[in-house]
Amino acid sequence: MDEFLTFLTIVGQCLLVLVCLLISLAFLLYMDRKVWAAVQLRRGPNVVGPWGLLQSFADFLKFVMKEIVIPAGADRTVFLLAPMITFVLAVIAWVVIPFSEGWVISDLNVGILYLFAISSLGVYGVIMGGWAANSKYPFLGGLRSAAQMVSYEVSIGFVIVTVLLMVGSLNLSDIVLAQSSDWGLVGWYFWKQPVMFVVFFISALAETNRPPFDLPEAESELVAGYQVEYSSTPYLLFMIGEYMNIVMMCALTTILFFGGWLSPIPGLPDGALWFILKIIFFFFLFSMVKAIVPRYRYDQLMRIGWKVFLPLSLAFVVITAGVMKGFDIDPWTMTEEAHEMGRGVGLPPELDLEPVVEPEKIEAVLPSEAS
Amino acid sequence: MIQVLAFYLFAVTAVIAGVMVVFSRNPVHSVLWLIFAFFSSAGLFVMMGAEFLAMLLMIVYVGAVAVLFLFVVMMLDVDFAELRGRVAEYLPIGLAIGLVMLMQLSFGFLAWQDVDAARPAETMARGVGNAHQLGEVIYTKYVYAFQASGLILLVAMIGAIVLTLRHREGVKKQSVMSQLYRDPKEAVVMRDVKPGGSL
Repeated sequence: MDEFLTFLTIVGQCLLVLVCLLISLAFLLYMDRKVWAAVQLRRGPNVVGPWGLLQSFADFLKFVMKEIVIPAGADRTVFLLAPMITFVLAVIAWVVIPFSEGWVISDLNVGILYLFAISSLGVYGVIMGGWAANSKYPFLGGLRSAAQMVSYEVSIGFVIVTVLLMVGSLNLSDIVLAQSSDWGLVGWYFWKQPVMFVVFFISALAETNRPPFDLPEAESELVAGYQVEYSSTPYLLFMIGEYMNIVMMCALTTILFFGGWLSPIPGLPDGALWFILKIIFFFFLFSMVKAIVPRYRYDQLMRIGWKVFLPLSLAFVVITAGVMKGFDIDPWTMTEEAHEMGRGVGLPPELDLEPVVEPEKIEAVLPSEAS
Repeated sequence: MIQVLAFYLFAVTAVIAGVMVVFSRNPVHSVLWLIFAFFSSAGLFVMMGAEFLAMLLMIVYVGAVAVLFLFVVMMLDVDFAELRGRVAEYLPIGLAIGLVMLMQLSFGFLAWQDVDAARPAETMARGVGNAHQLGEVIYTKYVYAFQASGLILLVAMIGAIVLTLRHREGVKKQSVMSQLYRDPKEAVVMRDVKPGGSL
């Protein structure tokens, strides 16, 4: 019975996060279009509801009402499975995101690895959709996106490693708590790893197929890439999944470099509100990039990924590890502060005393085998 | 109760997916079933308390290796129907490999008396997670083996590059540096074109 209750609570939490996420996504989509419109001196959506606020809901209804068209030569199962995979993967990543201290569905010890694993699975939705449509443009789009996402995952991985070296834990709550300081935003990892933040942000753009790296769906050459043959609800699932991944990347940037739920101003209370504000800020940056940066060529994209970001992030892993070793800096989870919060690893520093008796002397005290 | 249900769910799906890898007619479906099998095994790892291994399985095998498989199967123009027609040729060696693996498995199961090994690892006290425990062993006790495996991977990587790198003559390549260092002074020439005339 007790087990059942826990199960119900978890289901309830999941539903709550899902509903909040979907509703906020509707408004983020609206914001994306408004920002884009403002840059291009247009008005953007302004008809449905006050200031066009309900535009996303109208679009949602429109998509759902339309007919699902499946091409004659398509592999029906895989074709319909692909958007579902994209959507489900985008949703389940949110399980480990801490919205505030303790506000997390599953405080996994390997949280960041889980996120990395889920985001590396994201490529399947795209590649399956591209292949199953049995048509040239979707297939090319699927292949492009597979190569692109696999390439940029590597540098994202190394950026995460630099942060992990400083934290000493794979737990996302630990990563945020490690950035807390008495001086508000001074403790954030952005100040310690500004270069890695830039690499991470650009890689996140490529990983989520956002402009300027939206080559899998480049409309001028591939029409819409892997999405060409999709219509109605399957297309909607692709779109929601894609936007959810973008918000996910914004959340991850916030957690890794901008102190998650921590307040930037000393004195103000920490909380989920800060986390949400930071996510919205990064989403704004994503929208601005989409509006003002022209699309990359595919070889330029690969060059940046493999020849610039990979060596750079690898070098920073070595530099971070070297500096920490050279100046004898402990990762956060081994400091006294972490142990006071109950998030430390190993023995607390004050208990890690010098041995009272030297090991050689112990041996001398021991009775020899002759006696 | 939920643990037992989850175990049977993952175990059954892993076995079914494994069988489907072999029996799927479409090679792309085979790879997709293989991914499903990896996924279920990752679930089993989590149930055994080996969450770090589970995540590594997902990242390395599902996230990278299987993507490459899928890539190759989709791109290569292999006539799988023809390969299927020559099953009789491959039957003896296939059977031999299957027999050896079956014997290994049965030896393993016969010798397996330590029931405790099947239990999930002790629930770790907070802070001494999988990753830390593995790290403490790998970088101390097994450091040479670890370095050796790294070296083997490095050799494999360099070998793959050497084997596939071809220097072809007469191929136009762009040099990014020279493109970046072009400046208007040498790239643009101002000419005065007279009305009615040409260059």
